[in-house]
Amino acid sequence: MLRFIFGRLLVLIPTFIGVSIIAFAFIRLLPGDPVMLMSGERVMAPERHAQIMAELGLDRPMYIQYFDYLVGLLQGDFGKSIISKRSVLTDFLTLFPATVELSFCAIVLAVALGIPAGMLAAVKRGTWLDQTIMGTALVGYSMPIFWWGLLLIIFFSGYLGWTPVSGRISLMYFFKPVTGFMLIDSLISGQAGAFKSAVTYLILPTIVLATIPLAVIARQTRSAMLEVLGEDYVRTARSKGLSPFRVVGLHALRNAMIPVITTIGLQIGVLLAGAILTESIFSWPGIGKWMVDSVFKRDYAVVQGGLLLIAAVIMIVNLVVDVLYGLVNPRIRR
Amino acid sequence: MPLLEIQNLTVEFPTISGLFRAVDGVSLTCDTGEILSIVGESGSGKSVSMLALMGLLPGNARITADRMQFDGKDLLTLSARQRRSVIGKDMAMIFQEPMSSLNPCFTVGYQLGETLRLHMGLGRAARRARSIELLQLVGIPAPEDRLGNYPHQMSGGMSQRVMIAMALACNPKLLIADEPTTALDVTIQAQILELLVRLQRENGMALVLITHDMGVVAETAERVQVQYAGQKVEEQPVTGLFTDPHHPYTAALLASLPERAVVGQRLPSIPGVVPGQHDRPDGCLFSPRCAFATDLCRREVHAQGPDFGQALCNYPLRLGIPTGHPTMSVALAGEDA
Repeated sequence: MLRFIFGRLLVLIPTFIGVSIIAFAFIRLLPGDPVMLMSGERVMAPERHAQIMAELGLDRPMYIQYFDYLVGLLQGDFGKSIISKRSVLTDFLTLFPATVELSFCAIVLAVALGIPAGMLAAVKRGTWLDQTIMGTALVGYSMPIFWWGLLLIIFFSGYLGWTPVSGRISLMYFFKPVTGFMLIDSLISGQAGAFKSAVTYLILPTIVLATIPLAVIARQTRSAMLEVLGEDYVRTARSKGLSPFRVVGLHALRNAMIPVITTIGLQIGVLLAGAILTESIFSWPGIGKWMVDSVFKRDYAVVQGGLLLIAAVIMIVNLVVDVLYGLVNPRIRR
Repeated sequence: MPLLEIQNLTVEFPTISGLFRAVDGVSLTCDTGEILSIVGESGSGKSVSMLALMGLLPGNARITADRMQFDGKDLLTLSARQRRSVIGKDMAMIFQEPMSSLNPCFTVGYQLGETLRLHMGLGRAARRARSIELLQLVGIPAPEDRLGNYPHQMSGGMSQRVMIAMALACNPKLLIADEPTTALDVTIQAQILELLVRLQRENGMALVLITHDMGVVAETAERVQVQYAGQKVEEQPVTGLFTDPHHPYTAALLASLPERAVVGQRLPSIPGVVPGQHDRPDGCLFSPRCAFATDLCRREVHAQGPDFGQALCNYPLRLGIPTGHPTMSVALAGEDA
């Protein structure tokens, strides 16, 4: 197992180099540069523009800039934001908990609803229940995220007034972040009502972000379950006189989970991508919103560093999924 | 009263093109300490009738019977929950494919212990002890080490032994073995059959052995029931069946055994195929393939009495001669004389 993990960590090195090149090149391919955008509508004198570019080191040949960036990375230096001059790594670490909190709640919701829904659809195959669940899943999967988010805001925040529109917690509460996770920090602060407020702010973004993974997990669970329910060992389990609940929920589900766990792992990557839209809709101060803002400002350092860090997170998640996979499936365990 | 008694069992499955009758009026009995073998080709309804008995058919199967009794219980009126307290305990079954019949995600020890906990309420230590005892019983070496194994770490023969151990866990009164050796190597086949017969004798249980291998029948069974296209066509003690088959189908099956073939001659075979859902003939289902069929056979067929092994035939064979046949019986008798 350790050898397996070590081998997978080695593969990460070339992947990192690839991602760093792509991230570095991608942001520079966009028209405009950070200095031009900083000057805004006022036209900057070409001499002044060239001077600032030189100060930032952006006038040097591309490969030298990349080499410089790579040397920094190897020393653990992800660079400084061109605009705010703050360290990219510090900003990332400050904002990342917000994204993790949202993504975690979303994946928990998607798994908690998706797996039972898929199981139910498989067991009741061909009935109206199956068709309703799968129809809903298809609608959820096809829903454009930003439109779905706006619909929910209009209905629940605007019309019913049940949930707030944007942000992470009501302005009435203020406390120093300890963990960066609002749910935990609000509990630590001990302020009455703070936790409840944090939860109400979390509900809508969680639903919006969970929608697509939920649909995918439900569909995957159903198809995996249908396949497994026809297996000989399910018949064996029933021939022992076990209850249908145990046959489906233990003997069949355990086997059906193997492909579903792979799907869940892949969905975590999708979640981080989805977070960019969801965070923008709900003004959620996470890395998604941070990345979008930086792209608009052509903040080269933040975009290339942020993308690399996000890629690292996804790679680590995939590694964890592979390890989990071995735990669930004894056939690939060594 | 016999341990197991089934009368006129019919199983039908709805299909897109109408009802498919997989089992057509089959009756059977099996008593404690007896080995009954059910023989027939694929699709003759052997497995389906036993799965119906176990209650393992899918929900869309339509099962009807005049009588289905096991150990004094009427299986037709038992609730699903009551049925589950019988199967796996008093009535157990092993299957054709041992490699896929064990759950790949659980250890052997877990799968064995599950039955013990459910039906006998044994604690952890007692389950372990009984599991080791069971594995020893079915001839698995070093059973303590095997408990932690997963099915993929075992061979087919080993898996079938585990399946047998699982079925025997609660000392069942009836064991149904559905082609238990089909998927195994020939040498392993003999070992598994020997094991089944030994366990049947030691435990004094009833054994229903489903097979399409006449060799297996000859070696193990005491009484044989032959099925064709979902119907029972003949029932005899094993020696009688091999020396004097009464139904032309049984006779043709035996004639096509390689062991009985004459060297230098073509191996006899039965012309045609088993009728499917849409080409079931009227009268006798075997009539299109039967050498003795007459117009009467194509119209109707009558079951014979115990003298002729209850053969479902108008002209049951007696030493190869169709009794009462309008033309053949005289001609063949003349030939013999």
